[in-house]
Amino acid sequence: MSTTTSALGGVIRRKEDPALIRGRGRYVDDIKRTGELAAAFVRSPFANARINSIDVSAATAMAGVHAVYTIDDVRHLGPLIAQVPVGKLRPLLADGAVKHVGEAVAMVVADNRYIAQDAVDAIFVDYEPLEAVVDLKDAASDRVKVHDDLDSNVLLAWVGHEWWADVIAVEDPRPKIEEAKQRDDAVIVELEMVNQRLIPVAIEPRSVVASWNEGYERFEVYSSSQIPHALGGAIAKTFGLASNAVHVRAPEVGGGFGCKLNVYPDEILVCFASMRLHRPVRFTETRRESAVSTIQGRGWVATATLTGTPDGRILGYELRALTDMGAYSQNFTVAIPLLGLWVSAGQYDIPAYFEAKCVVTNTQTTDAYRGAGRPEALYYIERMIDAYAREIGMDPAEVRRKNYWKNDQFPAVNNTGLAIDSGDYETNLDKLLEMADYEGLKRMQAEARAEGRYIGIGLSTYLEICGFGPSVLSEIGFGWNNYGLPSSFSGSGLVRVNPDGSATVIIGTGPSGQGHETTWAQIASSVLGITTDKIRVSHGDTAESPMGVGTFGSRSAAVDGTATYEAAVKVRDKAAEIAAHLMEAAPEDIRFADGGAHVVGTPGRVVTWEEIADVAYRPHRGPDGLDAGLEAHAVFSPGNATWPFGSHIAVVEVDPETGNVEFLRYIGIDDCGNVINPMIVDGQVHGGIAQGVGQALFEEAIYDDAGNLLSGSLIDYPIPTAGDLPSFELGRTVTPTDVNPMGVKGIGEAGTIGSAQTIVNAVVDALAPLGVKHIDMPLRPRKVWQAIQDARG
Amino acid sequence: MYPREFDYVAPASLDEALDALAANPGAKVMSGGMSLLPLMKMRLFSPEMVVDIGRIPGLDDITDQEDHIAIGALVRHHQTATSALVAEHAAALAEAAAYTGDNQVRRRGTTCGSLAHADIAADQPAGALAAGATMVAASKNGKREIAAADFFVDTLTSALEPDEILVGIRIPKTGGGSAYDKLGRRGGHSDYAVAGAAAWVRKSNGTVEDARIALTGVGTKPMLAAGSMEAFIGSDGSAAAIAAAADRATEGVTVLEDLYGSEAYKAHLARVFVARALEQALARA
Ligand SMILES: Cc1cc2nc3c(=O)[nH]c(=O)nc-3n(C[C@H](O)[C@H](O)[C@H](O)COP(=O)(O)OP(=O)(O)OC[C@H]3O[C@@H](n4cnc5c(N)ncnc54)[C@H](O)[C@@H]3O)c2cc1C
Repeated sequence: MSTTTSALGGVIRRKEDPALIRGRGRYVDDIKRTGELAAAFVRSPFANARINSIDVSAATAMAGVHAVYTIDDVRHLGPLIAQVPVGKLRPLLADGAVKHVGEAVAMVVADNRYIAQDAVDAIFVDYEPLEAVVDLKDAASDRVKVHDDLDSNVLLAWVGHEWWADVIAVEDPRPKIEEAKQRDDAVIVELEMVNQRLIPVAIEPRSVVASWNEGYERFEVYSSSQIPHALGGAIAKTFGLASNAVHVRAPEVGGGFGCKLNVYPDEILVCFASMRLHRPVRFTETRRESAVSTIQGRGWVATATLTGTPDGRILGYELRALTDMGAYSQNFTVAIPLLGLWVSAGQYDIPAYFEAKCVVTNTQTTDAYRGAGRPEALYYIERMIDAYAREIGMDPAEVRRKNYWKNDQFPAVNNTGLAIDSGDYETNLDKLLEMADYEGLKRMQAEARAEGRYIGIGLSTYLEICGFGPSVLSEIGFGWNNYGLPSSFSGSGLVRVNPDGSATVIIGTGPSGQGHETTWAQIASSVLGITTDKIRVSHGDTAESPMGVGTFGSRSAAVDGTATYEAAVKVRDKAAEIAAHLMEAAPEDIRFADGGAHVVGTPGRVVTWEEIADVAYRPHRGPDGLDAGLEAHAVFSPGNATWPFGSHIAVVEVDPETGNVEFLRYIGIDDCGNVINPMIVDGQVHGGIAQGVGQALFEEAIYDDAGNLLSGSLIDYPIPTAGDLPSFELGRTVTPTDVNPMGVKGIGEAGTIGSAQTIVNAVVDALAPLGVKHIDMPLRPRKVWQAIQDARG
Repeated sequence: MYPREFDYVAPASLDEALDALAANPGAKVMSGGMSLLPLMKMRLFSPEMVVDIGRIPGLDDITDQEDHIAIGALVRHHQTATSALVAEHAAALAEAAAYTGDNQVRRRGTTCGSLAHADIAADQPAGALAAGATMVAASKNGKREIAAADFFVDTLTSALEPDEILVGIRIPKTGGGSAYDKLGRRGGHSDYAVAGAAAWVRKSNGTVEDARIALTGVGTKPMLAAGSMEAFIGSDGSAAAIAAAADRATEGVTVLEDLYGSEAYKAHLARVFVARALEQALARA
């Protein structure tokens, strides 16, 4: 039996939007608990200091203050539980020392946030400032150590062919690359490039309210989190409870981009305070606080070397990177460069060497930020291909084409030993060049140059790895069993057809704007033939939903979506047996559409879902041996990750007098396999490119040498707004994966992974006549202007 | 983003507001609140009392007053940006208002608030300087007029006394043409000025009879570019004259470096925008 109508691939308006547009969506800060108290934190003004003493007496004495906690109150709870415990684990509150500006030193709990803030101002901390180390090269030299009890600031080095040496054998590419360098005709291009640190800036700052119910012996927690189950697990483990003694709900989440894929000390501390004070306790970051109390992303300095022939064949690519971990380790921290390693050679079948040293510094910890390691890796390879193409005077599109993995090579085992599931890179590129009218653009550019205008065409392709994850990766830590959670990043979904013929889908993801309520309804609808308006999807409630690991790494559709698909298939198969019984037909001849079951070739005979459900719940009316009920749960553990890809072109004009960069066009062709909802996919690409534009042009977490964050407010950390963005011209190719039955790959991060280097390539192309070879992001006008001055001498 | 405790009053008349200011030396005027409230929320500034002038009637108009136009204290950026009167007599101010912040900010923030706030990188002060505006300040002791050129004293400091309210500004109808142009911190015209310039020019018989040229984002305050004005007034307004005037843009100005520009870059931008504003102003003169 199969379905005759499919909602997969349909543009269905987002079911989430009516509530959000009308202001009726409920975020954590909208959910008020009776008797709740407010928390605020004393945060370090120093990047590295000893704490000699903390005087909380004045604060404690203030009216309306219920408690002030320091590490002495919570040391027994241990450090923050991190998924990848490499490096220094973060104490819940500073323990005798602070290691970055903004580190929480003391926690005040008061009647309201105003009083709490007054009390924060009344706490006196005696700091003894120490020399801080911020610069990555400086830190890697161990001249100044961040933590006395770590051997070195360099925690580990990921190497492309050895990252998992005991399991995957990969040939060391270096001898081949060295040999290539010795060729008489070898063209060698080298650049040192910075992929700067970014602040995630979710529009909804992190927010949590926790209450300990001693009657139920259970924590009730609402948190703006991408990983509600993991948060529950971390709280349980910290307090020595079973994971089912923590009920976490993540209601609407106003953006996460990876920053809410972490458990934070404040989420643990509000639980602690609630247990102590017998009252619910809330903490919501302020906008400015968020810049130092939430993880940051990127922060790589790398030297890239590309060796090739004069006619465009790449013979070797090497990337040697220092990657900034910040002061502590959180959920993924040292694992982020590993994600970059896996796609470090992009779409190319080339000998590639990758090395990333993970370095601690006196700055806020880094972790996943949209793309997480992959935008960095793609930035480097794609910048280098452009530099090489320019060096040999070949069209950058042709250089790329010449070095692609070819269609008959898939699944293609890349330089890291992983197999790329599927790809069709040339078709994707051709479609882009056609949609952009690449030849026309080049003519337009030539004419503009003749008029003294600086127009640039930037091209980049990208390869992504997502859909985490394969169970085998749990062997290197991709799993949350140390939280009391599933030991690998599997996905889950529960599908229930209700007695009234509506359906409920409950999933273990933690969406933050990705539209799961819509796409999951489409998945269930495509299988059950129940229209999407009769399907309600709920998520983010650990007491209600099946165990899930959350929403991150563009994994939800490919993993949890597949689980939901499989659960729906189970329900459908059972319903087909019931319907076949009622209509005296064979189950194979049953089709589901328009809210009921039909027999193939017999129009007019319909059994509604209500009728099927009616029988399902009194099985004596059904076929022999029918189990009661009409719901199913499935867990899906994929055999491989998925590997989306795409190509983008940006066309920009640079004002040589001011250095201002203006977009003329932006065109993208993305391939995420089969598409569930084209509108949502396009929306994800829009947002992704916007963040790439932000990195390329505006955003930078700027620390001074003493470790002060100079760009900690939105006045000095400009994020792009709609008015700053070009109008995106998007298209797609469709190359399904066979990793899951729906053939879907993932699209949440693709736009970000593909865009920053596209824009930099365009700006460098615009200024190429002046001899500009590279400008580090963000390409603020001052830097572009300076590069022009330097090139002119 | 939680301010310290403060008292709040919203008087229904100007007299009441002036009384409240006179009686409370720690009080601060609030018009649009777009700059005052963020400072208070960051606890960088904690007035004991906020006197919200938003409910005082009669301050929210732009009116034609024969030899000048009057912009009231509660006129929003959006009104200034879209007013036909301002476009005719002070195009530079209208452009500066149009390039201020985003739509939300332009619908709440006031032109007078922006002037009183005297941010070094704000747009409208440059427009007001180029327009030769007169500021009208009121206190319990009466009203006084302050020339725009004397109004901007230092970073975030205007010539207003703590007990004074800027009740409006007057822009003389002096003919000629004016323009404002800038580079915003987010590129283009978006966000506070990395650097910007406003110019007003009146020509007669092929000679620049009079001109005012103002800078923002460059020095310690929005200010007139005296060197450029000296070079340009009396010139023929040719491309060479524009270049000569632009060359002297930062004469006598202490150029300040910030996250958006080095000294050299800002000085360069000052020259670029003086030239661009002059070209545009001449085209309108
Ligand atoms: C997101 C954002 C973006 C912005 N972008 C820009 C930009 O691109 N360019 C730009 O120039 N500005 C920008 N601003 C500032 C904005 O223009 C403010 O509106 C303006 O600076 C202050 O106007 P206000 O009416 O809101 O004044 P308020 O915030 O109410 O007051 C500001 C100060 O002026 C004083 N004050 C206000 N009115 C009077 C009065 N009538 N008499 C005496 N004192 C008074 C107050 O006491 C206070 O000290 C931005 C602001 C925001 C929030």
